[in-house]
Amino acid sequence: MTSPARRAVAIAAGLTVLALVPVAAALVNQPFYVDLFRRILIFAIAAVSLDVILGYGGMVSFGHAAYLGVGAYAVGVLTHHGVHNGYVQWSFAIVVSALVALAIGAVSVRTSGVYFIMITLAFTQMLYYLGLSIEEYGGDDGMRLAARSQFPGVIDLGNSTAFYYLVLAILVAFLYVGHRLVEARFGMLVRAARSNESRARAVGFSPYPYRLVAFVIAGAMCGVAGALLVNHTEYLTPEFMHWTRSGEIMFMVILGGMGTLVGPVLGAVVLLLLEDVLSAWTAHWQIVLGPVLVIAVLFARRGLVGLLDGGARRIGGSASDRGGEPNGGGARRFGGTPPDA
Amino acid sequence: MILLVLEQTLNGLQLGVMLFLMAAGLTLVFGIMNLVNLAHGSLYMVGAYLATTFVLWTGSYVLGVGLALIGTLLVGVAVEVIALRTLYERDHLDQVLATFGLILFFNELIAVLWGRAALYTRLPGWLSGHVQVLPGVRYPLYRALIIAVGLLVAALLWALVTRTRLGMLIRAGASNRTMVAALGVNVRLLFTVVFGIGAALAGLAGLMAGPIYAVQPGMGEQILIQVFVVIVIGGIGSIRGALVGAIVVGMVDTLGRAFLKPMLATVLSPSAADTAGPAIASMSIYLLMAAVLAVRPQGLFPTEARP
Repeated sequence: MTSPARRAVAIAAGLTVLALVPVAAALVNQPFYVDLFRRILIFAIAAVSLDVILGYGGMVSFGHAAYLGVGAYAVGVLTHHGVHNGYVQWSFAIVVSALVALAIGAVSVRTSGVYFIMITLAFTQMLYYLGLSIEEYGGDDGMRLAARSQFPGVIDLGNSTAFYYLVLAILVAFLYVGHRLVEARFGMLVRAARSNESRARAVGFSPYPYRLVAFVIAGAMCGVAGALLVNHTEYLTPEFMHWTRSGEIMFMVILGGMGTLVGPVLGAVVLLLLEDVLSAWTAHWQIVLGPVLVIAVLFARRGLVGLLDGGARRIGGSASDRGGEPNGGGARRFGGTPPDA
Repeated sequence: MILLVLEQTLNGLQLGVMLFLMAAGLTLVFGIMNLVNLAHGSLYMVGAYLATTFVLWTGSYVLGVGLALIGTLLVGVAVEVIALRTLYERDHLDQVLATFGLILFFNELIAVLWGRAALYTRLPGWLSGHVQVLPGVRYPLYRALIIAVGLLVAALLWALVTRTRLGMLIRAGASNRTMVAALGVNVRLLFTVVFGIGAALAGLAGLMAGPIYAVQPGMGEQILIQVFVVIVIGGIGSIRGALVGAIVVGMVDTLGRAFLKPMLATVLSPSAADTAGPAIASMSIYLLMAAVLAVRPQGLFPTEARP
């Protein structure tokens, strides 16, 4: 099994590297890297928020980009109407994305398995089309953000390095919150409902409200990522909610290792750096990325964190790690009713 | 006004049968193999591109379309054998991600081979006329043909599933795969055949869509997500549900886009209707899905099958 000390060292080393990115970028005189890594960390926040429901709750949400878009629109719309105060904007982003998550979750969390996947995807597509059709906020062309969110006297988001450290601080805070959340009684109930719903019911609690609350928390966290993203790009577009974006965020979680919280951060770094390298190499980089994705899913079942933990010898038994199915995924699927169907 | 309603109803029916062709394949594959195949939309796109190319190449519409249908079937079988076969025993999450990877691959492959710009096909003269559906009501022949082909395929599928030995195996496979395998049926071959049927249906939808919609990379995903709505409404795994869901979704989407704005304009101010009309119309099928799920969480025709 993984040694907690080893993992703590790895996390500390990783965070140190991330904290040193602006310093290194200044040394080699390539400010571009601060931008690149800021974008990566924003997606890492989105991926961590998805991991809370996907990795711990077993809810395969294929619509997580919705909250990225809702958070971004909340900031963009307020800016459009002349409200530039960051506290107001970001609180609004959190509240609106939580409400949207509540609405989507109320319908989708009652279902499971493939219904859940398709419903979350469909609702995200609905929001995408809604974004496309509202001409007031740019329609399909999108809209420039007149100014970044303003926190007078506290931080200036126009300062690239300061903005970077703010994103990093939020990521670390979310990792801590996420960790406390999944280790708390609440998180235990959500995890219990994932590994065996009937037993959870037999013990006497109904998973629905806990799952829904987890879904809303994840949506609100991702809304913050959306508010950061629109400040990063200074541009608002329905593309933030495009379904491929949801797929990418999900892949970050799986690539890094779901149910580990730090895994998704690693997944975001690796995937977006890979995209950056491939797109510099050829305009048709997706023709390479697609098969890489397929191979990663087929062979690296516990994600990069699993490999780092020295999980190679455990690959054979990894089915139970992934699905939380104690007696092996394949056998169950053919015989009885799997927990996610 | 009545004429317009009739025309839009036929358009809704036409979209409905296209959605059905897609939904039938997807729901069959899910019902029997328990596989969520996002790349189903890619097969639709492949069908459209192959038809466009083959029609130009052979100079004959019928020949080109026939070749495209066979081509899509072969592509589908190749995808099943190379990539999807290993996914049957994985959980849905792995299936979704791997087939998502396939979509990226196919979209980019198409962009490499044909470019990113949309292609437009011209219909042969004998298909571009109009038919008289009612005295004084003319409807484009090609769209009428799509409706006829779609309904014919629906009837054939029904006959295949309920009246043939293959259909019996398909039904048996959907209700208990382990038992079918234990009785000595070559399940692997059955899966490939079913996947091939699904691919051919998606290709058929794609090649018929070519002359109506733009043929471009990513065209498959636009329809795929509507197809998800269809099968969620109809009940996953049910062909009857797919048919009912497809017609309902096709109608709601088409009629919503055509009439919501003028209807709202009678209640709201014209400018408010201008904004709200298209917005609500584009959301209508998703709201319909939410409403159906609120009443029937397993869709209209839930399957009793074990997965």
